[in-house]
Amino acid sequence: MSQTEQTPLTAAVADTNATRASTARKPGRTAALASWTDERVGLAGLMKKNLRKVFPDHWSFMLGEIALWSFVVLLLTGVFLTFWFVPSMGEVHYHGSYDQMRGIAMSEAYASSLNISFDVRAGLLMRQMHHWAAMIFIASMMIHMMRVAFTGAYRKPRELNWVIGCLLLLLGTLEGFTGYSLPDDLLSGTGVRAADGFVKSIPVVGTYISFFLFGGEFPGESIIPRLFTIHVLLIPGLLLALIAAHMLLLVYHKHTQWPGPGRTNENVVGYPMLPVYAAKAGGFFFIVFGVTAIMGALLTINPVWKFGPYDPSKVTAGSQPDWYMGWPDGALRIMPGWETHAFGHTISWNVMLPIIILPGLAFTVLLLMPFIESWITQDKREHHLLQRPRNAPTRTAFMVALMTFYGLMWAAGGNDIIAIKFGLSINQITYFMRGAVFIGPVIAFFIARRWCISLQRHDETKLLHGYETGVIMRSPEGEYSEKHLPLSEAKAYTLTARDREESLALQADTDENGVAAPGGARRLRVRLSELMFADNIQKPTAQELEEAHHHAGFLGHGHNGHGELNGHGISNGHGESPAQTDPGELSAKSDTTD
Amino acid sequence: MTIERESERVQTQPAVVVTRVGDPLPDPGLPEHHPRPTDVDPAAEKRAERQVATMFVLSMVCTVLFVVSYVTLEVGDNWDTFLNYGASNLALGMSLGGALLFLGIGIIQWARKLMGDHEIVEMRHAAASSDEDREVTIDAFNQGVDESGIARRPLIRNTLLGALGLVGVAPIIALRDLGPLPGDTLYSTLWTRGMRLVRDVVGRPIRPEELEIGDLVNGAPSILFETDENGEPLVEGVELQIAKSKSTIIVVRMEPDEITHGPGREDWTVDGICAYSKICTHVGCPISLYEKTTHNVLCPCHQSTFDLADSARVVFGPAARPLPQLPIMVDAEGYLVAQADFDEPVGPSFWERDSE
Repeated sequence: MSQTEQTPLTAAVADTNATRASTARKPGRTAALASWTDERVGLAGLMKKNLRKVFPDHWSFMLGEIALWSFVVLLLTGVFLTFWFVPSMGEVHYHGSYDQMRGIAMSEAYASSLNISFDVRAGLLMRQMHHWAAMIFIASMMIHMMRVAFTGAYRKPRELNWVIGCLLLLLGTLEGFTGYSLPDDLLSGTGVRAADGFVKSIPVVGTYISFFLFGGEFPGESIIPRLFTIHVLLIPGLLLALIAAHMLLLVYHKHTQWPGPGRTNENVVGYPMLPVYAAKAGGFFFIVFGVTAIMGALLTINPVWKFGPYDPSKVTAGSQPDWYMGWPDGALRIMPGWETHAFGHTISWNVMLPIIILPGLAFTVLLLMPFIESWITQDKREHHLLQRPRNAPTRTAFMVALMTFYGLMWAAGGNDIIAIKFGLSINQITYFMRGAVFIGPVIAFFIARRWCISLQRHDETKLLHGYETGVIMRSPEGEYSEKHLPLSEAKAYTLTARDREESLALQADTDENGVAAPGGARRLRVRLSELMFADNIQKPTAQELEEAHHHAGFLGHGHNGHGELNGHGISNGHGESPAQTDPGELSAKSDTTD
Repeated sequence: MTIERESERVQTQPAVVVTRVGDPLPDPGLPEHHPRPTDVDPAAEKRAERQVATMFVLSMVCTVLFVVSYVTLEVGDNWDTFLNYGASNLALGMSLGGALLFLGIGIIQWARKLMGDHEIVEMRHAAASSDEDREVTIDAFNQGVDESGIARRPLIRNTLLGALGLVGVAPIIALRDLGPLPGDTLYSTLWTRGMRLVRDVVGRPIRPEELEIGDLVNGAPSILFETDENGEPLVEGVELQIAKSKSTIIVVRMEPDEITHGPGREDWTVDGICAYSKICTHVGCPISLYEKTTHNVLCPCHQSTFDLADSARVVFGPAARPLPQLPIMVDAEGYLVAQADFDEPVGPSFWERDSE
């Protein structure tokens, strides 16, 4: 096998991004093909920087990758489904393999969904894979988004990529809704019916939008073909374009990285695109695809044959949308029944507020997060180093508050299921949720913020006084204490590799040109900035570190660069407290053992 | 080989260690590279190579199994034969999943064990263009704008903007035929005076004495089940679906003295039998869950609850209006019939609705 020769070769390839082409030494067919292409499209110019482009490694950077690969799975399985799916509401009588439905009148869309499930080989597999991939797509986008927010990766220069990401999440959700509505089964038809109610609640134009959308009165015969076009052409086209822009910006900005020894705001450290990252990412695509296939094999999802064809006069108990539509559905459930009747018109606050205005508002808040943050901090620098969530307590807490709001709304979307499973009163759950969605996020905010600050204190303690070794020592006076040892140089550096924040209040009351900024907005900003930073623990200064280490007897730390983690205090069993140990002796010992 | 790797390691050390102002500790620089067992032990390297190749072979086996399952296993009738799984779906999915997973695991194992694992350093550049580039671009842009003369010829500029703005009207106008205007369609249903109430699935007319106290039946207008002289249904297809989404009712019987009649609705019931629209006034789900003892009916979508003994008043949930009530009476043959259509639009609220 040729791999045997190639292994040392691959390993011996230059490990810097040299300007020479790495394929130069391999003549033959590949070279001929490369030069053929180069003469036509200037391949080398495009590739010279990107073939060995560096990507940093961290598990959390895979989350967005899951979203990307599940989108590819969606495209592949979706194309398969379109070969058999008939997007029509024309009435037919089913004559396929599924006994229970034979002879029943239904739409062609539903009949073809049954056909795909029972008469097309691998059809059910593809349907289930498609639905599972959609779940994974949206879930991974959401978790990826949380990762980006929690680590501050959306700061300059990546604000636009955050905006694109938010749009992708919104479009992904709409894509999911239009997709699960297509089979025209009883459950999804109920969802479309509710959507008609949502549209009708829009003041002035709602009724018209509803009639244009459905081609007349609900349900009409147009909604399935129209949703189909939106689902397979319009939204996927937008998703593809936005994903391309998302990836191009990622390549242009270069990926963020965690701070650490040698990893600074000015560089990016990691594996080159070719071969390591290409292999890892490519391999990961097959893993996402494979996991989806196994889910499609083992886990039944959206068994439309159990629901029956859509009938506007029927409904099943426990009707719920797919989980990602659950939170606005929850808002809809706990909203009091408010309507305004005036001048011969009706405004349905009970529908419009939770399902039209609230998601729009939530989306806007999400979209604006990096801009609001940079307006408060007035931070115009580029940031390529990620922050640990604890080091941005207010942002982390705000995100946690949003998540709590989302989670409570989502739970409210299952209030009937909760009532049944736990034997509770649905009325009481609903009343509770009405309060909880407002109070819960506030409580979560303060807990998360304090939690972060405590963790910052813990980091500071470790830096100043060392980590707890678990070794209990007794002094000659009989006093017991736990031995602390300084962190390793790398760990200590990593903990301090973050910005020192200053709230605006501490700065001069003037802007960068020495002119007093306009009153109201500036005062608000100063106030917010105080709230944001005032309680944060800043990293110690060099002097503070020095003093604390001197006090604890960690002399030499941070200067000789090694020798603090050799564990003499643990292994030699002398049991002296660090203050009594001769520091010179300690470092001398460590030098000899190393 | 070891010597060669040693020299690479030296190269990966950063050239300059930068200490930023205010940093209490200096950057110790990238840690040294530790060779993996596969880098130094030829046996480990061989083993990793075999592992990777085994994964790829297993992937091939799974693909063959996929083809075999496709050809041999039927779908359709036996969709729940094996452990309640469809044999075909299970075999196809597991073999496809295996083929893909083994491929992915093999490639990643290859990357982790055998491909170079030297982290390399790339310097970043500011996202902004250089000042020089900006200047050149601005100059080029200004020159282009200048040569077009758009700034000097406001007539052209303004008419161009006008034309561009107006041309957008064309596609919007062209979308007009997406649907008819609402008109009065939402205000009426198929119910007319004298139309019989029938059971929703079988279409059988309902006599008052068939209903026990506490019964609730799903009803529909009899026209949905009638046929013309050729035996063709009078209402079918889209019309039928629309009719079902508006005309569906619930018919419920309770003790007559338990009923609180709405003003002007004293004669809308027959011996404690009331009929209400089945379409929830919240967002239009058909309501379905009835609790006899309280006369409450609950919508399964968002849990709006209506009291059928009190003109379907909202007692809980997000709905704002009671369910429309259908006035009923008994015809000459003793069947329940409507006195008239609903006196208000059924289903969810909309802007034009006069709800006062």
